[in-house]
Amino acid sequence: MIVLRTLLPWLMALAFLVTGAAAQEMEDRAEFGSGETRLLLRSTTDIAILRPVIRLFADQNPDLTIVYEQWGSNDLFALSRAGCREESEPADAVFSSAVQHMVWLVNAACARQVQSPLASALPPARRWRNELWGITTEPAVIVYNKAAISGAEVPRTRFALLDAMRTRPEFFRGRIATYDIGASGLGFLFAYADSLEATSFGSLLEGFARIEAVATCCSAEIIRGVAEGRYLMAYNVLGSYVLGDQSAEIGFILPEDYTLLLSRAYMIPRQARQPEAAERLLDFLLSTPVQAQLADAGLVSPIDDAENGLPPSARRFIPLSPALLVAMDRNRRAALFAIWDDAFRRATGP
Amino acid sequence: MAEARIQRSLVARVLGAVLLILLLGGLLVTVSTWWNGRQAARQSYDRILLGAASDIAESIRIQSGAPFVDLPVSAFELLAQAPEDRIYYAVRGPDGTFITGLDETSAIAAPDRTGIAPGYFDAPLQGEPARFVQVTRRFAEREYSGSVEVIVGQTLRARQDMTARLVRDALWPMGVAGVVLLVMSWFVIRSALRPLEAISADLALRDPNDLTPIPVDRLPRELQVMLGAMNRFMGRLDRQVDAMRNLISDTAHQLRTPVAAIRVQAEAAQAETGNEGADRALGRLLARSRSLSKLLDQLLSRAMVIHRTDSAPRRPVDLREIALEIIERDEHQALAPGAEVRLDISNAPVMVLADAFSLGEAAKNLLANALRHGKAPVTIGADQSGKSAAIWVRDSGPGPGPEIAQRLGDRFNRDRASGEASTGLGLSIVTSVAAAFGGSVEMGRDDKGFRAALVLPAAPGEAEE
Repeated sequence: MIVLRTLLPWLMALAFLVTGAAAQEMEDRAEFGSGETRLLLRSTTDIAILRPVIRLFADQNPDLTIVYEQWGSNDLFALSRAGCREESEPADAVFSSAVQHMVWLVNAACARQVQSPLASALPPARRWRNELWGITTEPAVIVYNKAAISGAEVPRTRFALLDAMRTRPEFFRGRIATYDIGASGLGFLFAYADSLEATSFGSLLEGFARIEAVATCCSAEIIRGVAEGRYLMAYNVLGSYVLGDQSAEIGFILPEDYTLLLSRAYMIPRQARQPEAAERLLDFLLSTPVQAQLADAGLVSPIDDAENGLPPSARRFIPLSPALLVAMDRNRRAALFAIWDDAFRRATGP
Repeated sequence: MAEARIQRSLVARVLGAVLLILLLGGLLVTVSTWWNGRQAARQSYDRILLGAASDIAESIRIQSGAPFVDLPVSAFELLAQAPEDRIYYAVRGPDGTFITGLDETSAIAAPDRTGIAPGYFDAPLQGEPARFVQVTRRFAEREYSGSVEVIVGQTLRARQDMTARLVRDALWPMGVAGVVLLVMSWFVIRSALRPLEAISADLALRDPNDLTPIPVDRLPRELQVMLGAMNRFMGRLDRQVDAMRNLISDTAHQLRTPVAAIRVQAEAAQAETGNEGADRALGRLLARSRSLSKLLDQLLSRAMVIHRTDSAPRRPVDLREIALEIIERDEHQALAPGAEVRLDISNAPVMVLADAFSLGEAAKNLLANALRHGKAPVTIGADQSGKSAAIWVRDSGPGPGPEIAQRLGDRFNRDRASGEASTGLGLSIVTSVAAAFGGSVEMGRDDKGFRAALVLPAAPGEAEE
């Protein structure tokens, strides 16, 4: 569960970029509808969350059979790159939360351009080159176990989290979780965005190191851990998974110093065999009723609500822009991995 | 089609030409604007490219003996100024070892260059045209020495957008200006052509017999030239019509008397029974017929002269040749048999611009007058004094009396003294010719007798023959 990389971070970064043929494992698979045309959608999103939406799409398009494959973000990237080089079967649509991968793919001319009025109406931060579109709006949140932490103990900002870790190290030891940036493209993206955002990132990592925080994989697992009390708190978890799992045991906060906002990106590969059907799915996902449905599923976060009370100055949208290519740079990755591994190796080391 | 072309109005022609000029000019300006816009876009985005590349080059540091790029986000935010363009970057050490970059597998080869100044080049990036810059950073560290090449590239979409925007912004005011110019030129042409339309209307409304000149004042100069020519033409027409009218009335008037006389003589000849009477009557009849034939000759000659002075082209004529020809033809022998006619000409040619035939007729009449009214010997000659040339006839008599001289040159100026043989047309022909060629008739007495001369302006220059 705890993934400890003993390899040199350099080599590891290289492995991510170069080896598209690394062993990949599909996490889940589902088929919707029974039409003649087969639309292959590869996504990082849990099927459970998108199931109602995709089923509605299948009902509205009886000519399609939607094959939904769920992959880990790094695997999905490797697979998409291989598809772009025509080394493996290309998907008809790719839907990923690791948007830096998607930006890289678009930049590498792996995407198909689509002129769609709905897609063109998106704000500039949520589209790039008419080849990549942000479908959702999801915050990165701090999740906590309500039974263990309540009231004033709930850290509203990263500084409060730091203070909590500093003042009660034994209480939190080994019980704060976050994404393993090596295993999760989304985790890496959040860590990268944090490293750009504030110097608090360094102190945060130090804090994590001190209390021996856990870097692990996959949103669902982390949240289950918090709900079960194995973890007291989880840092930088995608809010949609929390909203999708409305168990009474967990609460979440949008950090008030700043909250990262992510838009899951949708792309139609250049080699797609059913681009027309994929365009239909794009327009469907962007249509108003479906956006409302996605909001219900927690994929479109109502950040403007007075309830959440997130001031605009604290919103940090991760825009779909070529600047995200920096997150894919191998030197840059190596540097981040070096800091990260330093912290977490120390945290769990002998 | 050809007919349609001919019938195209002046307005349409000029407007067509203006339109053509505007279109050609527009095309020229469009091309140059596009060129300038492209240059401007290229320069500004090249600077961005260079800025990003320099940023990246600046971020290279040597870390445990190897170059390490701490890729600056600012460089990419700079490149994102062209928000729709794909990016390429690669950092390579000496011997082309890959340090970092977008994708190790797709390398863009930079052209060779000398020195380390930043070099730009064009190359396709995944099938799309793109622009690249190559920047070199040299290291001379204890643990690492050598140069590191940074290549940054970007597709051209933003440049093309900027070019198109610049061209559009420059062209639409020009298009508006073009339309305005076209409308203005329509009005200008209309106003310029208004006098022409007025003249057309005037001509259309004119009486067919009205040959008076069209007023040319307050008209544009170009039209004055045309109207001047037209007025001259109409004047000539008017004179010819006048001459024709005169000829007809003269002929009718002149022929009435001799024809009536011939009729009377013929009746008398018929009535006379005696040989002697019949002979006398026939003799008179013959004389009358001769006189009639001479009259007809002269009428014809005068009509001819008047016609020719208007229509025959002016040519250089040597007056000496006219005089010589008259002597050689010897026609005066019929008029005054036995009369002595001398020729008085010099060696130098006496050139005028005129019609030879008319001059011949005029000279002949002068000679005839001298032979009829003057005393022998008669001299004919030509000379030039100053700017005037003259062909003249001199008899040895005293010349006509003052009251006759006063009426000289009038048509049908005959008195008893002129006699039956005279028609009274002779001097009128001479004055007509003089008037037609800008000269005058001069008469005067000198110590040798009475001299009648046709004086014309001398032709400038030498004889061309």
